[in-house]
Amino acid sequence: MSWFNNWTWPTRLRDKGIIGMNRRNIRYIGRYNSRRLYPLVDDKLKTKLLAQQYGITSPELIGTVTTQFGVKHIGEMLTGHPGFVIKPAKGSGGKGILVIEKVEDNTFIKPSGAKLTLTDVERHVSNILSGLYSLGGSPDVAVIETLINFDESLMDYTYEGVPDIRVIVFKGYPVMAMMRLSTAASDGKANLHQGAVGVGLNIATGAALRAVQFDRPCFSHPDTGHDLASLVVPQWETLLNLAAGCYEMTGLGYLGTDMVLDRKHGPMLLELNARPGLAIQMTNGEGLRRRLDLIERQPDGVPAKQRVAFCQHHFARQSELVESPDTTSSNA
Amino acid sequence: MSRLMFYIIVGLLLVAGIATSIHRHVQFEIPWLPGEQRQVWEIEAGINFNAQDGPVQVDLALPSHQAGYRVLTENTASSGYGLAYQADELGRTAQWTIREAAGSQTLYYSVQMLVSQDARAPAQTPPEMTPITPWESPYDTAASQLIEQAWARSANNATFARELIRDVNGERQGENARLLLSQENPAALVVRLLNQAGVLAREVSGLLLEDGRRRQTLSSWIQVFDESGEQWAIFHPLTGEQGKPENLLLWETGGRAVLEVQGGTNSRATFSMMTHDQPASAAVRNHYSEDTLLNFSIHSLPLEEQALFQTILLIPIGALMVVFLRVLVGIKTSGTFMPVLIALAFIQTTLPTGLIGFLLIVAVGLIIRNYLSYLNLLLVARVSAVIITVIAIISIFTVLAYRMGLSAGLTITFFPMIILAWTIERMSILWEEEGPKQVLIQGGGSLITAVLAYLAMNNPWVRHITFNFLGVQLILMALILLLGNYTGYRLLELRRFKPITDDEKPS
Repeated sequence: MSWFNNWTWPTRLRDKGIIGMNRRNIRYIGRYNSRRLYPLVDDKLKTKLLAQQYGITSPELIGTVTTQFGVKHIGEMLTGHPGFVIKPAKGSGGKGILVIEKVEDNTFIKPSGAKLTLTDVERHVSNILSGLYSLGGSPDVAVIETLINFDESLMDYTYEGVPDIRVIVFKGYPVMAMMRLSTAASDGKANLHQGAVGVGLNIATGAALRAVQFDRPCFSHPDTGHDLASLVVPQWETLLNLAAGCYEMTGLGYLGTDMVLDRKHGPMLLELNARPGLAIQMTNGEGLRRRLDLIERQPDGVPAKQRVAFCQHHFARQSELVESPDTTSSNA
Repeated sequence: MSRLMFYIIVGLLLVAGIATSIHRHVQFEIPWLPGEQRQVWEIEAGINFNAQDGPVQVDLALPSHQAGYRVLTENTASSGYGLAYQADELGRTAQWTIREAAGSQTLYYSVQMLVSQDARAPAQTPPEMTPITPWESPYDTAASQLIEQAWARSANNATFARELIRDVNGERQGENARLLLSQENPAALVVRLLNQAGVLAREVSGLLLEDGRRRQTLSSWIQVFDESGEQWAIFHPLTGEQGKPENLLLWETGGRAVLEVQGGTNSRATFSMMTHDQPASAAVRNHYSEDTLLNFSIHSLPLEEQALFQTILLIPIGALMVVFLRVLVGIKTSGTFMPVLIALAFIQTTLPTGLIGFLLIVAVGLIIRNYLSYLNLLLVARVSAVIITVIAIISIFTVLAYRMGLSAGLTITFFPMIILAWTIERMSILWEEEGPKQVLIQGGGSLITAVLAYLAMNNPWVRHITFNFLGVQLILMALILLLGNYTGYRLLELRRFKPITDDEKPS
């Protein structure tokens, strides 16, 4: 019986406006994302260069490694940088990203405290180049960029890793947003299926609506214990404008933008995703369907500022974290 | 607009697929179910003659499709002779020719006839009445008397023929008949008399089929054209009994000679025959048919290629299974079509052996791959090393299984080694990055998909249908296209998104 209770009916999902994988693939990705534009977002190096061209802030590039020969020179490239991130240009799902928080006498320290030698780092770069983390195992390029000094206002809400903000941008309209908080379970990574906490964000204000871990609701960060209801993303409007601008930058109609908040530079574009996942519906407790239908009825060629204002007006919501203390206690 | 095109294409594929399948079922009697047994007669004709040191030409009449029987295959054995098959409206013949031949010669012709209730002879127009050779006196009066008596006692062509046959052969045989029999043999005499009375009739040769008989000869039968039924009725030349015995195979129906030999003496044709039952699918494989586009089939290929295609034609079934499980159910697999390849291996190894073998190879491979990751190798080198490891594991297991007397273990070599190596590589990375749980989910998903694909592909009915009805491939194509257009929820999403629907309840 309990096994049966874990399932729901398709009609109830449809009433909620939930979009399934098949619908996303055919109706949105297939229709609005032209295949020839994929390389722009699948290759993080290209995205980064394009972002610089369009004036969209993103983490500073330290350098790239393109040949196995170049791996030997990586030590020189890294000197003088206290913290950095090495990622495969064509990696997917956060695979192959190595974050080094600080360097002490030639040992590289990860956010978890694990220590790596230069050989370990070189091996990682070598793996990236041989295509271990790229789609289809094709040869790849390693991109090294500066570590983000993430905003301290959000420090309490995360464990080890950098919290990032995912905004779904549909035809240039930021339709739905969530923040991903890394946990001990997710090993400092902001991947929801690995156990990161997803917090649905109010498009109007950037305040938390609802939080889930492993697709089930939660109300405080499992590691820091910090209450999630008080979470509000600072510089929210700048962030939305940045996200909305990615539509003009790439031409992709259905886009997942991953942003981070830097202490100095404010919102920054981390990477783009032409096939954003559906977990954002879980974190918002709402299906994407109605919002996407509304946007589909809007005319083309509206400037980014107006699009953001439109969404802030139409998609405003009340937080579920503050308002229902009885649900909190029943779930505790 | 493009949606409309899509549905038109799907509709066309479905219609074409179903139509060609039904055509094959009706036209070639390929049953929808496997395992139906069909009786097949193998008949061999041996032609013996003495060649006279010169050019030789041998004409042998050949059987055609006819009521109750269908020609499957035919072969000849005749070293040094030129051979040509000829066909006209009166029937088919084989013609052997040689420039120089001496001494005793033997030529063989063998044919497989499928016993089939629905088989029909090709439509035949009644031949023109052959000019009647007039009887000399005193035979002319005897003949006309016989005709008159029989005519008076009969109502139509069929009864007239029966009465004539009785007058010529049976107890009623009179003086007139005996006189005429000195000129002609009974069957030829009856046909001549029938023709003289203006009734279309001919003498045909048939073979009474009896299992295991050798050195048989053809017997004469009389066919009379039934003016009302517009078809040939057959009569026993001695008893006048009407109707074709079930075991009678008509060999020559044109009223011509069965065997003609020029340049040889003492020629004769003898027949040996045997019958056996074989599965309908095998009978189908031997179907003799003209090469038209509609009966385009794999069966026209040599047997070896057919066996290959039997497997190839199953792959779409596996692909459909994968599409179904991924699109409608939402199972995650490691490598999209890897499960199909594993399922193909299962077909060779049988399921239990295959499952054990697969798990053993992948488990041992993962352990060794884990060690390889410490060696800090380039990807291509590492995967190559895993391939060699997989080969080593397979060899060791095969030898061990053989030593322990487990012959089933030998089939483990059917696993696609490169695919296995990549599977191990992917699983290993998955383990490092996402933990053993994801390995179990994806590995388990792949294995479940492989087992289901195997069950679908190894089903005797599915094998029979895919191999014998090429139109089914079009139907599969249409189904896959339709599935590729499905925007509804996947089964597992009903579980995944369940928490969202829960929220509404309290409020």
